[in-house]
Amino acid sequence: MNDFFSQYGDEIFELTLEHLWLTLAAMLFATAIAVPLGVWLTRRPQWARPVLGTANVLQTIPSLAMFGFLLPLPWLGDRAARVAIIALTAYALLPILRNTYTGIRSIDPSLLSVAQALGLTDTQRFLKVELPLASSFILAGLRTATVTCVGIATIAAAVGAGGLGELIFRGVASVDNELVLAGAIPAALLALACDGGLGLMERWFRVPGPSPAP
Amino acid sequence: MSAGIEFRNVGFSMAGRRLLTEISFAVEEGTTTAVLGRSGSGKTTLLRTVNRMVDPISGEVLVHGKSVRSADLIALRRSIGYVIQETGLFPHMTAERDVALVLEAQGCPHEDRVHVARDLLGVVGLEQRVFSGRYPHQLSGGQRQRVGLARALAADPRVLLMDEPFGALDPLTRAEMQDMLRDLLARLRKTVLLVTHDLDEALYLGDRIVLLEEGKLIAHLAPEEFLQSREPAVEAYVRAFHRGELSAAGEKRA
Repeated sequence: MNDFFSQYGDEIFELTLEHLWLTLAAMLFATAIAVPLGVWLTRRPQWARPVLGTANVLQTIPSLAMFGFLLPLPWLGDRAARVAIIALTAYALLPILRNTYTGIRSIDPSLLSVAQALGLTDTQRFLKVELPLASSFILAGLRTATVTCVGIATIAAAVGAGGLGELIFRGVASVDNELVLAGAIPAALLALACDGGLGLMERWFRVPGPSPAP
Repeated sequence: MSAGIEFRNVGFSMAGRRLLTEISFAVEEGTTTAVLGRSGSGKTTLLRTVNRMVDPISGEVLVHGKSVRSADLIALRRSIGYVIQETGLFPHMTAERDVALVLEAQGCPHEDRVHVARDLLGVVGLEQRVFSGRYPHQLSGGQRQRVGLARALAADPRVLLMDEPFGALDPLTRAEMQDMLRDLLARLRKTVLLVTHDLDEALYLGDRIVLLEEGKLIAHLAPEEFLQSREPAVEAYVRAFHRGELSAAGEKRA
């Protein structure tokens, strides 16, 4: 065991960081796209179906196929990490988009009407009423998206983007179970940690009340 | 005395249905007018034309002699207090923050806001030390309405719009709230438009009573005139309200 760690410890650490970086970068892009887009959809609900539908379709593409599609593209294909981040972003869009949209749409319309009647401007209504009331929904979306990305990022190693998947793929190729576990266990722990951490945040932002928002 | 709120031939229709027809009356400054009518008679719609939550398709509404249409929308709404039944408090805000929300929106400094909010909680009969940090779900129905009223008073508006403010309360709590409101209005001299379907509430709080039926103004009378009116719709409303009383009295006589 000690031998194993002295041999692979540094590599596991490095690959974990790489894995985390791929996930974080993708989440950053996905949030920057999906939250504003979700908010926009609440203003233009007629666009909700086509946009959510498209995000849904992206979600159904098998991850290996997605990496395969992106690899031959110019500029993107030059670096495996780029391909991985773009693909992960695509997967993260739907949960964030859907939760932002539903979170804001599910706010009691009479509260929004009160906000209007009190003389809040549109921006104030959004920042002081809609966003805080929808925040736990949005965070729940971020949480689902993050956990999904941590999982899918292991596949990114197939196109040479690094991350913990590298150990898994190498282990499978050389029929070395220890190596497979050296990749799989940290990846699972990472997913659990993200889930737990974001879960705590979600609870923190939950609207106080006897029946907490779902 | 001048008019605090004035309706001039106000008409409104939605989806081909006429909700308000040629409504004209005035609420004198510093007085309360109660608007009575059954559900769907257009009371709430009429109230909402004052702060332009609804824009009439004909006629005009004036607040202190100025047409609301020419006023800046946000400034107009901030200058008018608004109380609605039950659902009006924000679940993610403490009583203190909710009360001072209009001031927060106006960019008033935090300490001043807290000061005003705490004062107002006292004015509506809530001990500020106990209640300022409470969320709506930690308040009873009556307490929530008090917070709602305090919020409507935060920007010190001259005009108050109240849409069935006590509709969801039990009769005893409602009576307490009506007493509190009556005292408060006697002191503050606000111009109030109060929508209600409760005749007793209208008689108790209103200086004038308006009866709407299917979007038309049927009566605009002082409370004592209202009770004696021979207008069929008014008589029907009064009779519908005192049925229990009349039947109990009748049984005793029999």
